[in-house]
Amino acid sequence: MTVALIVGAALAVACVILVALPFLREPSAQNDRLDALSGAEQRRLALAEERDRALASLKELEFDHRTGKVSDEDYRAQVGPLRRQAAETMRALERREEDKRTKVPSRG
Amino acid sequence: MPDLGRAALVTAFLLLVYATAVGAFAARQRRRRLAASAQNALIAALGASAVAAAVLLAALARHDFSFQYVADHTSRELPLGYTLTAFWGGQEGSLLLWLLVLCGYGAAAVLTTRRVARDLLAWTVPVLGFVGTFFAFMLVFVSSPFVTQHAPADGAGLTPSLQNPYMAIHPPMLYLGYVGLTIPFAFAMGALLSRRTDERWIVATRRWTLAAWAFLGVGQLLGAHWAYVEIGWGGYYAWDPVENAALMPWLAATAFLHSVMIQEKRGMLRVWNMVLVALAFCLSIFGTFLTRSGVIQSIHSFAKSPLGAWFLGFICVLVVGTTALILARLPLLRARTKLESLVSREATFLYNNLLLVALSLTILWGVIYPLLSDLVRGESSTVSKPYYNFFLHVFGLPLLLLMGIGPLVAWRRASLRALGRVFLWPLGAAVVAGAILLALGAGSSRIGVIAYTFSIFVLASILLEFVRGTRARKALGTGTWPGAFSSLVARNRRRYGGYVVHAAIVFLAIGVAGSSAYQTVREQRLFPGDSMTVAGKQLAFRGFEQRRAPNHLAIRAVVDVYDKGGHHVARMYPGKNEYFAEQQVSNEVAIRHNLLDASDLFLIADQVNANGSVDLKVLQKPLVNLIWLAGLIFVGGSLIALWPDAREERRLAERYEGVLAEA
Repeated sequence: MTVALIVGAALAVACVILVALPFLREPSAQNDRLDALSGAEQRRLALAEERDRALASLKELEFDHRTGKVSDEDYRAQVGPLRRQAAETMRALERREEDKRTKVPSRG
Repeated sequence: MPDLGRAALVTAFLLLVYATAVGAFAARQRRRRLAASAQNALIAALGASAVAAAVLLAALARHDFSFQYVADHTSRELPLGYTLTAFWGGQEGSLLLWLLVLCGYGAAAVLTTRRVARDLLAWTVPVLGFVGTFFAFMLVFVSSPFVTQHAPADGAGLTPSLQNPYMAIHPPMLYLGYVGLTIPFAFAMGALLSRRTDERWIVATRRWTLAAWAFLGVGQLLGAHWAYVEIGWGGYYAWDPVENAALMPWLAATAFLHSVMIQEKRGMLRVWNMVLVALAFCLSIFGTFLTRSGVIQSIHSFAKSPLGAWFLGFICVLVVGTTALILARLPLLRARTKLESLVSREATFLYNNLLLVALSLTILWGVIYPLLSDLVRGESSTVSKPYYNFFLHVFGLPLLLLMGIGPLVAWRRASLRALGRVFLWPLGAAVVAGAILLALGAGSSRIGVIAYTFSIFVLASILLEFVRGTRARKALGTGTWPGAFSSLVARNRRRYGGYVVHAAIVFLAIGVAGSSAYQTVREQRLFPGDSMTVAGKQLAFRGFEQRRAPNHLAIRAVVDVYDKGGHHVARMYPGKNEYFAEQQVSNEVAIRHNLLDASDLFLIADQVNANGSVDLKVLQKPLVNLIWLAGLIFVGGSLIALWPDAREERRLAERYEGVLAEA
């Protein structure tokens, strides 16, 4: 019974400490706002995913062409649009990076 | 000690309520510390449920019959191993295992995805907490394993069919599968609730989904083997409602694993993936409901219980809630691209999805029809094997064929010329194999010949994929052939691990077709000295032997087996066990494996008669061992697909850290 009481009490204390830990670590946090993506960041994320998709598609196409699943004709018809798509998303991401870089000094 | 168990369960319940309510509040109000506190509550619930599990295990190990659960499911003579596995041998223990595994998964998912998916994790935690709260509530208020009583001198013992080494591994595997499906579901709902429908929820749960799916698959195969060696009817799958209950979420999860690749690669099927992940999860809860409620007659149903209504209510809440949420977020789930051609890799994935879901829903209808019939018309009816076999053939055979077609077709679109080139060898191999099978007399089963021909087609296409891929890698200058092969697999583990899993499914199909369509069955009453002939073997019954074990009496018929030439090849001992405490009799089959042709000689002592005779049932099951070999290949393929890929991890880290660094 004593062991049970000790283990039960230890469990309760450990749980309370663990749950309260974020407040014990930062009793008066200056910024208690939960991170969330802004509209611009969401668009950047969508672009990054789009870029990766286009690059992966290009890789797949190359590999399917090499293994004979895609004919030369189909390869030529598909590779151009995919390269353009990849390049466009990469350019769009770079533009956003540049915009960000130019905005940061002006804030300071 | 029962007080400690109860206190631990109440603590877990309160922590999970906190994770749900405070987590949802924090996510809505965007309170960072409060959200972190809710995540910690989920982790703390793991500790509390682990303490409760430890209390129950200790009570089992000590034969503490003041715990009603221990008295109901064990006895003093029960070997220690089975005494401990009785943890999940009954309803309350199974629920506790559910809660423990769920909290374990939840804590691990929280700890591993904090960086990639902070914002959607805030909404994922309340969903995980909500599911956990339900199970903790059941354990605290409805079906507690810590109910005490005046301790009887001995317990009732464990059901004899559960006294098998598979008891140690089959239920935990299934639970790891069932419960694991909560993680992709919670992240998907978290993504919808937080309106973050980008691919992070897929990236965060990719490995969890694959692991849960693999556990569920392995769990079912282990269950099939258990039934094969223990239940004593000569089969491995009986379309029992509870067997179906594990198959349905596995099929839905298989569909999800395929369709989610289309979302990753093409940005398509975003709504469909949400539906599939919800369907797989709801079916896993439905499976638990079937097993635990006792509403359906099954060898797995332990008793009528008060759980049914609660589970049904929970399933209704889940179905209504997820449907409403998906409908509310439809505008966010619009596809970014369209299917370019009906002859493309993504189209074959789509066909495969439709067939898998159709098969899953057909099985669901077969399971719930008797319930509805009883409820609406007051008539008890059953849906039997021919119904399931019919739909297995209708949906399963095209699925098998698609496993061979899919890898050969290119993404986006494929021209007829390219198709002709890549299909030539697999088609040729399939046609030749079909002709040989017909010439060998396999035409006695049309379904068998079709299944084998399709299987050869799939194996040839998988082999070709590996050969062509290795050749292409070698052409890129990857040194030796083995180097090119390992580089091929290492660079795309999910794809090539998936092909290995496909090969496992083919072996499974060959084993199932062989052992069901071409099996030989003979039954005969034999007196000592009598013999019978089955599939060219002569079996002579010599008499009975008896052996007393601590908790049962083993009665065995002694059967000598001779080959065609009259040479003695084996002595086999089918029989019965009479369990003292449980007052039950179990069938103990005798199996002789032939590793050369993968067949089994399977002996069942159907009746042990008082006049000294035995009613012997003999089955010759060709290729049945390929089913168990398929299990090993399945594990291998799953491990390849699950193995961490450092290159992929770096790419994803770069994608998300670059974008989310300032979030």
